[in-house]
Amino acid sequence: MGRTVRTLLGVLLLAGLGTGPALAAGEAEPPIVQSWPHQGVFGTFDRRALQRGFQVYKEVCSACHGTKYLAFRNLAALGFSEEEVKAIAAQYTVIDGPNDQGEMFERPARPSDRKPSPYPNEQAARAANNGAYPPDLSLIVKARAGGENYIYSFLVGYEEPPAGVTVPDGMYYNKYFPGHMVAMPPILQPDGVTYADGTKATVSQMARDVTQFLAWLAEPKMEERKSTGIKVMIFLVVLTALLYAYKRRIWADVH
Amino acid sequence: MADTTAPVQTAEGGKRRDFLELVTWSTVAIGTAAMVWPLVHQMNPSADVLALASTEVDLSKIPEGSAIKVMWRGKPVFVRHRTAAEIAEAAAVPLSELRHPEPDSARVKKPEWLIMVGVCTHLGCIPLGTAAGEPKGEYGGWFCPCHGSHYDSSGRIRKGPAPLNLPIPDYTFLSDTLVRIG
Amino acid sequence: MASDAEPLVLKSPTLRWIEHRLPIIGFGYQHLVAYQTPRNLNYWWNFGSLAGICLMIQIVTGIVLAMHYTPHVAHAFDSVEHIMRDVNWGWFLRYAHANGASMFFIVVYIHIFRGLYYGSYKPPRELLWMLGVVILLLMMATAFMGYVLPWGQMSFWGATVITNLFSAVPFFGEAIVTWLWGGFAVDNPTLNRFFSLHYLLPFVIVGVVFLHLVALHTHGSNNPVGIDLTKKDKIPFHPYYTIKDLFGLSVFFLFFGSFLFFAPNVLGHPDNYIPANPLVTPPHIVPEWYFLPFYAILRAITFDILFIPAKLGGVIAMFASIGVLFFLPWLDKSKVRSARFRPIYKIFFWLLVLDCFILGYVGANPPEGWLVPLGQVATFWYFAHFLIVLPLLSKLERPLPVPESLSTPVLGRGMAAAPAE
Repeated sequence: MGRTVRTLLGVLLLAGLGTGPALAAGEAEPPIVQSWPHQGVFGTFDRRALQRGFQVYKEVCSACHGTKYLAFRNLAALGFSEEEVKAIAAQYTVIDGPNDQGEMFERPARPSDRKPSPYPNEQAARAANNGAYPPDLSLIVKARAGGENYIYSFLVGYEEPPAGVTVPDGMYYNKYFPGHMVAMPPILQPDGVTYADGTKATVSQMARDVTQFLAWLAEPKMEERKSTGIKVMIFLVVLTALLYAYKRRIWADVH
Repeated sequence: MADTTAPVQTAEGGKRRDFLELVTWSTVAIGTAAMVWPLVHQMNPSADVLALASTEVDLSKIPEGSAIKVMWRGKPVFVRHRTAAEIAEAAAVPLSELRHPEPDSARVKKPEWLIMVGVCTHLGCIPLGTAAGEPKGEYGGWFCPCHGSHYDSSGRIRKGPAPLNLPIPDYTFLSDTLVRIG
Repeated sequence: MASDAEPLVLKSPTLRWIEHRLPIIGFGYQHLVAYQTPRNLNYWWNFGSLAGICLMIQIVTGIVLAMHYTPHVAHAFDSVEHIMRDVNWGWFLRYAHANGASMFFIVVYIHIFRGLYYGSYKPPRELLWMLGVVILLLMMATAFMGYVLPWGQMSFWGATVITNLFSAVPFFGEAIVTWLWGGFAVDNPTLNRFFSLHYLLPFVIVGVVFLHLVALHTHGSNNPVGIDLTKKDKIPFHPYYTIKDLFGLSVFFLFFGSFLFFAPNVLGHPDNYIPANPLVTPPHIVPEWYFLPFYAILRAITFDILFIPAKLGGVIAMFASIGVLFFLPWLDKSKVRSARFRPIYKIFFWLLVLDCFILGYVGANPPEGWLVPLGQVATFWYFAHFLIVLPLLSKLERPLPVPESLSTPVLGRGMAAAPAE
């Protein structure tokens, strides 16, 4: 039995190694480790933080970053009512068509539409941003080693470059970014947004809120996954106990 | 000691084994069924398909006496701008003559606009009669070429194998010339 | 002790009618119910049937995922996100399939090492073992092509690097790679054929598994003591091993579920959530964890060997690391199967296990500094184990006395024949 445990631990160790190199990538500082309400087996999203984070995304990030997998209908999961979702959608214009004259036309977005991206394609995005491409944020939390902690650290990680380091024009120094030179300016500024619930919009508050929103956006089925998982695990524990008892009974005459 | 207790133990053991067996296999069966459900349910419409459940139609482009087809949930919807004669004809039919009795007034929100799902209730073909020049069938409505069902100017089944009238989708008039289906 | 199952009696005339014309009921009965199995199998023997279950899970979840997946470079990534976000239970099916692949390899690797420890590859089970190696090769091909399908950065660059291995082939290398790609880079034709083959190969695996089972049932399972057992030391498969396998399956599901529901991306790589970009290579390309030891062997050959350039040498070494397994039954000629009675082999077995973990560690990290010589030593040891140690041990090792049967103690040693593990 002891050997079984050791082998399983070994397998887990080997499995863990697969993610090792990415964490070690670059000479950037390791991200600040924070505790997140949606972490862990029982963690769920903080709806108020998600709504605040959506506000930060909408008012600040979305000028340059798209979220191509976000449909307005998905916002209902943030705790918005159907009417609020419709109102948010209606603030955007999407291209539809062709109409009976064979022309594309613009119309207000509906909940079933996906949020339009700020640029029609990557080339246009690069042209507007000095050659840098603001990545789509739909999956950003899952697409970066360090996940939430990295995104948060990156957003609060702008600082003056150390002595002797020259930052090229149009670049900024960020101590958590691999290579440190990043084309994105320190876009979060104190009171950059006005929260409806009166929360003070400090840089770290906004970074924390928008990170949680992006974590939700990367894995919107996380709560469903975990709650299903808890039920499945409880069921399996019972089943395993039953099968063990039954197995011992059947084997009683052999041992 | 052993002589007297052994048979009792066996009897109890046998009984317990039956109960354990029943509970264990039932739990296995429940678990298997639960695992099968996602495999089945994944074939139902996904969230994005369900969200695309409405479409808007501009009525100002449809002259009286003609009709158009629009796509709604992957199926055609017939929108017909009926003439006064067609409305009168549809209203005059006694319910007793109908296979699927529905008064014309129950099938329209505004009598001049007939809006219904254009899928034959027999086996799912698209009846003719919407575009100009297509056969409208013996009752001046629609004719399904697959198995010869005839629908009247209210889209009610009058002759042929189809069991029911053409169904009416949910729709609302957003203005006099704009209607949203779904 | 229970030994024989009841003979099959069909009461229903309908079943008798069928059985007379198509004897599948009797076949199933003979191989799943009455099949004579050693009574002393330990839990390491659970991993064979578990591997079969894993294969079924992969096939079933794969078929339903294929209902929503689009094998086109413009839509593949989107269709995977569509599965994750909009398809009913899509997240569950995809995570089950992605983590299921890892589970399958964990199970199969344990199954293989069990065979190594207890000498299950020795006569008369050489073909059984070799068919198993064929299954491993097919699994690797299938898993590799499956990892390409989501069309993320790791998919694309993994496919590029692995297909480029074939460019090391002398004279025909370039032609072979162009043929594999169907173009001049990994692109839409490559994705399409990988999807087609990824769907096909599992059914080929099913076929080879069937042959594996035919070979198994010809001479029966090996056992922890490694001796040929007589009838009195065997029991029918059902109910003894059906219930034991079911219990093991339930424990396995607890392990599987802890990944699937609570850490579904731990075994994956963040870069695969970035859509494939042929213009940008990720800083570190690493294969899935189950390929890491082989990746380390590939990179260990950093020097030319005679007329073989290093690049080709690495590819040859990597394929040879599996190829050598085909010859295992003839490299280890010791008459004693189980490591229980081979004290020196037992030590070398655990050294091989350790060596594989070291290779995995080396494969996971950039080939820099001391990891390069470590990888080379570990690679040397891997081959030395099979090509030098095993043949020598066959001659030099003095095995402990082996019992005649499970119930007879070893004469002169005064110890029980089969101590529980």
